[in-house]
Amino acid sequence: MATVLPSGPPKVPLIHNRRFRSIAYQIVLSAVVLFFVYEAARNAIENLARANIATGFGFWNVTAGFDISQTLIEYSAQTSTNGRAFLVGLLNTLLVAGLGIVFATLLGFVIGISRLSRNWLLARLAGAYVEIIRNVPLLLQLYFWYNAVLKALPETRDNVVLRGGIFLNNRGLFLPKPVFELGSGFVFESIALAIALIIALNVYAGRRQRQTGRRPRVLAASIALLIGLPVAVFFATGTPIEIEYPQLGRFNISGGVEVLPEFVALTFGLVIYTAAFIGEVVRSGITAVAKGQTEAAYALGLRPGLTLRLVVVPQAMRVIVPPLTNQYLNLTKNSSLAVAIGYPDLVQVFAGTVLVNTGQAVEVVAITMAVYLAISLVTSLILNWYNARIALVER
Amino acid sequence: MSAGAVTDSHQRADQAVFVRREPSPALPPPVTLTGPIGWLRANLFSSVFNTCLTIIAVLLIAWLVPPMIRFLIIDAVWTGNDRDACLVTELQPRVGACWPFIGERLAYFTYGSYPIAERWRVDAFFALLAFSTAWLLWLDAPRRGLGAVNFFVLLPIASYLLLSGAPILGLPAVDTALWGGMMVTIVVASVGIVVSLPLGILLALGRRSKMPAVKLLSVMFIEFVRGVPLITVLFMASVMLPLFVPPSWSPDKLLRALVGVALFSAAYMAEVVRAGLQGIPRGQYEAAAALGLGYWKTMGLIILPQALRITIPIVLNNYVALFKDTTLVFVVGIFDFLKTIEVARNDPKWATPVTSATGYAFAAIVYLIICYSMSLYARRLELRLGVAEPRRGRARRRLRVPEGNGGVLGQP
Repeated sequence: MATVLPSGPPKVPLIHNRRFRSIAYQIVLSAVVLFFVYEAARNAIENLARANIATGFGFWNVTAGFDISQTLIEYSAQTSTNGRAFLVGLLNTLLVAGLGIVFATLLGFVIGISRLSRNWLLARLAGAYVEIIRNVPLLLQLYFWYNAVLKALPETRDNVVLRGGIFLNNRGLFLPKPVFELGSGFVFESIALAIALIIALNVYAGRRQRQTGRRPRVLAASIALLIGLPVAVFFATGTPIEIEYPQLGRFNISGGVEVLPEFVALTFGLVIYTAAFIGEVVRSGITAVAKGQTEAAYALGLRPGLTLRLVVVPQAMRVIVPPLTNQYLNLTKNSSLAVAIGYPDLVQVFAGTVLVNTGQAVEVVAITMAVYLAISLVTSLILNWYNARIALVER
Repeated sequence: MSAGAVTDSHQRADQAVFVRREPSPALPPPVTLTGPIGWLRANLFSSVFNTCLTIIAVLLIAWLVPPMIRFLIIDAVWTGNDRDACLVTELQPRVGACWPFIGERLAYFTYGSYPIAERWRVDAFFALLAFSTAWLLWLDAPRRGLGAVNFFVLLPIASYLLLSGAPILGLPAVDTALWGGMMVTIVVASVGIVVSLPLGILLALGRRSKMPAVKLLSVMFIEFVRGVPLITVLFMASVMLPLFVPPSWSPDKLLRALVGVALFSAAYMAEVVRAGLQGIPRGQYEAAAALGLGYWKTMGLIILPQALRITIPIVLNNYVALFKDTTLVFVVGIFDFLKTIEVARNDPKWATPVTSATGYAFAAIVYLIICYSMSLYARRLELRLGVAEPRRGRARRRLRVPEGNGGVLGQP
């Protein structure tokens, strides 16, 4: 007589049931997290009530009552609100980050390509730069640029006078300021027109090249357009842009654009620091393109310049862009070190002064973090879209 | 013709003309292609463009290096008791670094305001740390498993007892407000190092988990922390943490900073570990499942040992970043190494035009030595790991270090 095998799934005690266990784990974890959040919130409300600190976002529309040393938009201590101060700080952060990203990219590419140069000395020099800069904390570098370099500059009376009416002293950098008069709009429009024409010219050249195999020479014409057209318009409209040079007075410098030493130090420090990292990104990106690619391009008869532009760079960019974007984000986040040298960025103005004035730590820190988080998330979204677009299509 | 005739004619030919039997010795290669000159020509002056680059590099070096050497060594002041030694006088028209300032403040830079009578405890901590680190990092050391236990369990306990004090053991308690200098920098960095790896592993496992709640919480934490600057995390730890706990708990400043730094670096560590986990082939999971291993055994015995092995160099690089980031704890009001230098350089006793630069030069050298040796170790470890495991190692090397596209610039 054959034994009857039990049919259906084996009976498993509930405690060993995978589904059950997984759900149980999740419930327990969520409960623990919720409990902590609840306790924290309860404590916070109690503590705030005890310390007589208001809650909510009412402080946003309260008059700020403090001065900010660099304002890109109109702002005054007496009439502007905390919300306005937030905006000023945010713009200052974006200004430093934007400028820093542009210059760090330029310097970083120079460093990265130099490290791969066949010139022994240059490669070693770039290598030393990267090793030294990457292994010294950014804060120390900022302190150095601000306290040891810029603050050690001569005082207003005996400036360092650079070429072109630029003054440098321990109160900052003074640059000539362009003054736009009536009609200057035409000049900008002519620049835009020149760029549009150049693009059209290049499209035409590309089409000709595909048809005839020969590319018409458009470089000289492009340069002539870019320079000639605005200059012609500039004189035709009666020189509407004038340059106001900083004037050396008895105690002060008037006119021109005044750039804060804090701004100079922060931008400089961030650029130097980030460029070392970008250099490494660029180097690894270029070395990631197999040598066979270059050799194949040479075998096809492409010249080195074209090889770089058509074969190496497009492939290297696929490797470079994600970490490069990361470095841009790092630079933006690192600009919060402004608080150490007193540049009025978002953290210094908002999470510093406004927080102390209002005492509303939770709201202020939450808003500050939300701003950085938003910048990060938006950048990652753009990066994901870009990655999907350039991803290698495998067959 | 007989054989004899051939020899005969040969002999005659020998007498008549000169026939060379051995090849003439090779001429030495042209001087311009070998030796130092050849090297120079190949590496520095191979083309007009290359020569221009060399000239630029030489100018840069000439512009930067001699002033630095002059400041640090030649013009530097080596002895003195106060600022007068480092001022410009007729006897010393040029003043470089003011080293006596560093010499006098070295104890402050090392221990902060730690009570002088108790400083031997800090020294003992340093010695203990050096021993444990060496045991952990020296790859051929005996009983390395024990070394890891020592580093991650025994060392933290011993350090806490030593530094914070244990009245039962006869070590008077020292308030953390008195801690400072290099000691605090090392404590913050070590706590970050010891806490962030286990926490990061948990977060990485959580992020790859199939349970939606676990995954969501891990992703939220990781992305949140990685999206904001460390300064704001420290701000949060310093102004918000006290709000979130009952007033009687009120954690001290150092603890707040430690929590901030540890959570921050854990999020970054999680991403590193996740990258390592992604590098493990599916077959490993399937093999573990076939052996009947559960989740924790699969992870602990099969997956994590392999994943961590590939990530060790990146983990070490993260530690370098963490060490540099410890300088930010000044926003919470902690006197770390850099902050003590900031304080000391503003001391009127040593107020000279060169004091700031001296302080920063000293700090830079210290950070450079520590961070550079860490990254050097990481690089050597990477090489060694690549060699130690022949099959994987070769495959990986082929993947990761493709034949370089070396000189895209100066190529023909």
